[in-house]
Amino acid sequence: MSLGARDTMAAASRDMAGAGLRLAVEAVSHAYGALPALDAITLTAEPGEVMVLVGPSGCGKSTLLGIMGGLLTPDMGSVRCAGAISADCLNPLTYVFQDFSLLPWRTVAGNVALVLEGRLPRSAVADRVTQVLTLTGLSDFAQALPRQLSGGMRQRVGIARALAVRPACLLLDEPLSALDAQTRDLLLEELARIILTAGTTTIYVTHNLAEAVRLGHQIVVLSRRPGRVRDIIRVERPLDQRAAADPDLLAIEQRVWRMIRDDAAEADRERLHAPS
Amino acid sequence: MPRLDGRVPFRGGGFAPKDSAWTAATTLIGLIALWQAAASAGLIRTLFLPAPLAIGKALWSLTVSGVLWQNLSVSLVRLGIGWIAGTVLGIGMGLAVGLFSATRSPVMAVVAALFPIPKIALVPLFIIWFGIGEGSKIVTLAAGVFFPTVIATAGGVDNVPRGLIRMGQSFGLSQAAIIRKIVLPAALPAILSGFRVTASIAIVLLVAAEMIGAEKGIGAFVLQAGNLYDTDNLLAGIVVLSLLGLLVSWVIGRLERALLNWR
Repeated sequence: MSLGARDTMAAASRDMAGAGLRLAVEAVSHAYGALPALDAITLTAEPGEVMVLVGPSGCGKSTLLGIMGGLLTPDMGSVRCAGAISADCLNPLTYVFQDFSLLPWRTVAGNVALVLEGRLPRSAVADRVTQVLTLTGLSDFAQALPRQLSGGMRQRVGIARALAVRPACLLLDEPLSALDAQTRDLLLEELARIILTAGTTTIYVTHNLAEAVRLGHQIVVLSRRPGRVRDIIRVERPLDQRAAADPDLLAIEQRVWRMIRDDAAEADRERLHAPS
Repeated sequence: MPRLDGRVPFRGGGFAPKDSAWTAATTLIGLIALWQAAASAGLIRTLFLPAPLAIGKALWSLTVSGVLWQNLSVSLVRLGIGWIAGTVLGIGMGLAVGLFSATRSPVMAVVAALFPIPKIALVPLFIIWFGIGEGSKIVTLAAGVFFPTVIATAGGVDNVPRGLIRMGQSFGLSQAAIIRKIVLPAALPAILSGFRVTASIAIVLLVAAEMIGAEKGIGAFVLQAGNLYDTDNLLAGIVVLSLLGLLVSWVIGRLERALLNWR
């Protein structure tokens, strides 16, 4: 990458930086009919912090994220946010979806512009689209349609679109799970860089514990259904000083894995002994 | 013990039919040539089924004399107005069914009750309501087009991936923006498929309505030719209807290619 391009990216990253939001989940419970999904969840993500939600399948991680993002209403409890947001923030709580959720009839630039149109003057839309596409390395693909892109690039478009609204809080629902291992590793590094430079509060749902320890300032381990907070592990090491083979991070990963594994085994035992 | 020796046989392939414009054209031309040969050899009584050349001559003289355009222009106006009216109303109602709970069940109940009625059976009623003039014919066409359009549009909206709508909501897009920028484009393939069906229905109803009560129009022309045992002109009228169907299908195909080039 040329020096000029690096400077442009650095400038774009600085521009992305918005004041983080404090997000507090207060005694949230939720059920789908008779099936309880979440039970009395209380959590707080501080401004600029990355909170990772992990837990066994079906523990309610995505439900909790939906509630935190205002896409679901909890049966009990509430989610509160507090903090200053930058003047150019168009959508304080912004989602990045697992399945990318790109409009197949719009180009890469068009998908990003979708969330800006009607909110900014046309020239400002074009400027901001250019800026986020530069940041996510998609400048050369601005006129490509989603079907012409790989899975990793489609998710970059999803991330670019989220950054375009200058969010104060990013909510990422397993954003890398649909990607192959190699693309996932590459995008994870980029994501860490973007989060670090943008400084937004981030809530990140994942099944992948390596992602959890790579990104999380606090890792929230949820128990199996109904999801309860089983443990909260804080990772003090700065995001830019975390390496994949770091023994401290591996130890945390092992610790979280044991919790989830024991939970899953207990669930299997209960199923075996349950009256048929 | 059984053994398996030799080359592994190929078991894939097939189930992938390919279009061939050349084969299609050859088949049609071959059938017409066979028909002409049978008529020329006296194997077909041309009073009942005229030869293709005779039909061509009739078509030519109708074109030159201006009779064809006198009838065709009237039919095209009826077809255009009736189809557009039924389509616009149908898309609007289909969107209302697909988007709003307040309209979904009431409209679908009415559609389910009225859709199965053959619209041609309503022509006498429409003549009483709207008179023998253009009104009854256009309403017949519009009614025939309206119901399938409602169903196609509502189905298209129902099949819009909910994830895309949730994405729009999560970015705080207004309901109008979500409908305009997400729902309508995503439902467009289903709506355009509906166009193919409704265009055919409209042509059928056009001819039927013109046969029941019209002085001009291709349907009226075909009926008059039949009454006079003028089978050359009768079949010339039918050829015009076939060409009209092909033209409509071609226009819709171009529209699909232009609007759905992202697929």
